[in-house]
Amino acid sequence: MPHQELPRPHPYIPNSNPVAQQRMLAEIGVSTIEELYKDIPEHLRYSRDMHLPPALETETELRRHMHKLLSQNQPCGSYLNFLGAGCYQHFVPAVCDEVNARSEFLTAYAGEPYDDHGRFQALWEYTSLMGELLNMDVVNVPTYDGCQAAASALRMAGRITGRRTLLVSRGINPDKLSHIRCYCRSDYRIEVVPYLADTGLIDRKQLQSMLSSDVAAVYFDNPTYFGSIEEGQEIVEMTHSCGALAVVGADPSSLGILKPPADYGADIVCGDIQCLGIHMQYGGGHGGYIATRDEVKFVNQYPSRLFGIVPTSVEGEYGFGDVAYERTSFAQRENGVEFVGTAAALWGITAGVYLALMGPDGMKELGESILYRSQYAARLLASIPGVRAPLYSSPFFKEFIVNFDGTGKSVSEINEELLKEKIFGGKPLLRDFPELGNSALFCVTEIHTKEDIDRLGSALRKVLEGPCRI
Amino acid sequence: MQDITSKRKMDGKPHLRRFHQAKWDEPIIFELSEPGSRGALVPKTEEELRSVVGAIETAIPQSMLRSSRPKLPEMPEPQVLRHYLRLSQETLGADLNVDIGQGTCTMKYNPKINEQFARCAEVAELHPDQPESTVQGMLAILYRFEQVLKEVSGLDRFSFQPRSGSAGIYTNAAMIRAYHESRKEGGTRKEIITSLFSHPSDAACARVAGFDVITLPVGPNGYPSVQSLEGAVSSRTAGIMITNPEDTGIFNPYIADFTRIVHGVGGLCCYDQANANGLLGITRAREAGFDMCQFNLHKTFSVPHGCGGPGSGPVGVTAALAPFLPAPTVEFDGSRYFLDWDRPQSIGKVTFFYGSAANVVRAYAWAAVLGASGLREVARVAVLNNNYILSKLLKIPGLSAPFVYGHPRIEQVRYSWEELTSETGVSSYDIGIRAADYGMHYWTSHHPQVVPEPCTIEPTESYSQRELDEYASVIMKVAEEAHSDPEMVRRAPHNSTIHRIDDQTSLEDPSEWAMTWRAYRKKLSRK
Repeated sequence: MPHQELPRPHPYIPNSNPVAQQRMLAEIGVSTIEELYKDIPEHLRYSRDMHLPPALETETELRRHMHKLLSQNQPCGSYLNFLGAGCYQHFVPAVCDEVNARSEFLTAYAGEPYDDHGRFQALWEYTSLMGELLNMDVVNVPTYDGCQAAASALRMAGRITGRRTLLVSRGINPDKLSHIRCYCRSDYRIEVVPYLADTGLIDRKQLQSMLSSDVAAVYFDNPTYFGSIEEGQEIVEMTHSCGALAVVGADPSSLGILKPPADYGADIVCGDIQCLGIHMQYGGGHGGYIATRDEVKFVNQYPSRLFGIVPTSVEGEYGFGDVAYERTSFAQRENGVEFVGTAAALWGITAGVYLALMGPDGMKELGESILYRSQYAARLLASIPGVRAPLYSSPFFKEFIVNFDGTGKSVSEINEELLKEKIFGGKPLLRDFPELGNSALFCVTEIHTKEDIDRLGSALRKVLEGPCRI
Repeated sequence: MQDITSKRKMDGKPHLRRFHQAKWDEPIIFELSEPGSRGALVPKTEEELRSVVGAIETAIPQSMLRSSRPKLPEMPEPQVLRHYLRLSQETLGADLNVDIGQGTCTMKYNPKINEQFARCAEVAELHPDQPESTVQGMLAILYRFEQVLKEVSGLDRFSFQPRSGSAGIYTNAAMIRAYHESRKEGGTRKEIITSLFSHPSDAACARVAGFDVITLPVGPNGYPSVQSLEGAVSSRTAGIMITNPEDTGIFNPYIADFTRIVHGVGGLCCYDQANANGLLGITRAREAGFDMCQFNLHKTFSVPHGCGGPGSGPVGVTAALAPFLPAPTVEFDGSRYFLDWDRPQSIGKVTFFYGSAANVVRAYAWAAVLGASGLREVARVAVLNNNYILSKLLKIPGLSAPFVYGHPRIEQVRYSWEELTSETGVSSYDIGIRAADYGMHYWTSHHPQVVPEPCTIEPTESYSQRELDEYASVIMKVAEEAHSDPEMVRRAPHNSTIHRIDDQTSLEDPSEWAMTWRAYRKKLSRK
């Protein structure tokens, strides 16, 4: 007699068990689940089975299946990685992972302060820690990423000034520029400010000629996408002289040693927090911060949630809540400030843990370490014949452009060769910045030892000493 | 031996937990600073390396160096961990409670195995610009999960870039704009139609993309009427962005008429599928005539909510609209997976890289273990659970489920305490806070407040009959307390981490509000 199998209830679906289903249907007063769908007309019903691969059913089979797929990925740990360009391989303290893997934080959502006091406090502390790093008094509960933070910061500036032109530096991440264009163009004219060919820094003469009484904001990243450090103060002063707001994107990992934009007069500061204790996750670890001074004109223009500290009915007890909630789209729909919803809270909590662990000395050491290592790497690569590193004469942090025009090999050929040495070379810039020729953006952080950098140097030397294509 | 078990039953009703939320009375992290302590050390810069580079001032101009230390706390590692673990305990995650009271949020079980996948080095330590040959597994997952969503929706192509439902809605609004511009109608098609019960983002995102918003009112059956839509459409219509069922859980049976009417005037139809959990394998965007949609992977597809993100809000479109999707798309040539950047009509990037990739891994694993019949069972049981608790809750005097009576609902119900509030003075907000005393979530963020004293319950497929009974018993108990001791309910919570916040001045008054510790300290010192 063949083995007869009964369908098994699924572990994720408690009431997939037929006994429970019958009891519950009796309580409802119907005899089948189908009857509960009676308001969905027949012509809308999908009567076939979805055409999907057979269910894996068990955790054992799922694990086997996923292992097979995931083993086709080569993580940065087993390669030497020099890619950055918006997503950064930094040291991730184990405590960061421990906290963001906690069931309570991982699976909570939008409870009131009475259910989720800890979530409110952890996020308020995150904004407070960022406030210290940025020297700014107001910081948002994180938005999606640095792209969204920049796009919203620009719309904020537009609403505050009532002007319609946004000047955006060309030397920013191309994803960010793409998103700013798409996100802001229905209400604003976006003009791109060119950079100088020798320094990669904003062309101030051009900027001066583009400034007008219609300019709401000037936006630049500092360091720039190319790693170059702008003398922020002069650009901010130029911006202010025409009544516009200075919106600056800053890499938090630089702020232990570099001057925070608030200190040179920036009005809105924004950026990405992935570098603060969050794994790269193929670009899945991003969160965006926006920070300003504590002035009503700024606060009322934040699209994100803002948490505030508040007394409870018991003396000495901290409470938290939403500040100026009525400005949000939750409250005002299309008349609210842009839109708000699920964003990147868990990464905010994680970045808070990171800043608490690092403290002032850790952030300083981090900045110095990155600075020394990236300078050293650039000098080492520059010693290879035909290689220009850094391409620009300006001071730089963490990232720098390496130009291979003089080597007779293309970036993609070089990167293919480096891959054989288990090295991920710099990001090719040809698609986004064709004017830079045969160039790549290299990123060096505190995780790279001198030995790692030397290995890159000798691998590159070997690749370039090979037979020339031309 | 004493019979402890029998002492736990009260009047033959299910035992209600003598819950108390963790209360650590935890200081603000800045108060825990112990100057001179370190929680993490950065590897020392090798001396050789320092000597090659020289002093920092030679690399960076003095004017760009930070002049004062950031006033971050200084804490040893164990103290940081302890602080955050205490805060985590003071948070009621979905893993701990019968989390069906955050209706509209689809709080379902987030399988633990999927955390292991999302957090393994083969996902966590991937850089998005790595050569395609080194991320074939990740590209395969993106590609294959796109095939899953295509089947679930009937649409033709998806992008995973949007990092939340609202970001997906925004992306769809931007694609509607690009579509009309490509037909030289961008200047005239300036109106997006939505409905009052659709998520606020359907209206707000359309506005960000430059559209005027027309909001259809709630009709007598709880959804907008065909007549109201007919009155709203015109040659100015760019499209409709609508949820079905809306947060009432009532399915709009005329939805195909809606899409026909909007198509009739040349508009596009966008389905906000935030409420898809009761519909998997039952009804699809395609059959209802939609051109585009978005799913919330952190709702329907089991991705954890993370205290409010990261989420994932993939957008799907018909083949005709595929050229407008964010670039790049993930393609497969039969032997290898690759990214296609050559999409000249694309709206471009809407985020860094390719969105919340780790969340797609989680969602893919969840769908893979369930398969087609499992996904359908998810929907069926979510609807069973919802109607079960509906029949239980409607037995509570003073609670109603407005609009349609005697009809089953899909995956959630928006209830009203109007009657109870008028009898007792106890509001839905008070009831929610009192429910926290029993260890249950219950929230009241239901803008617009069309339903008086609203309360939305969404049981999903993840809770057992016993748990649903327990939740219903808590709500029943609180309703009884509203009659027997309304003052006690209004003073709730009593068993929470904190007590009632009565004075909200410091959340609304600019001279008092403080979004950071430094602002708080400054404002205190001025007093």
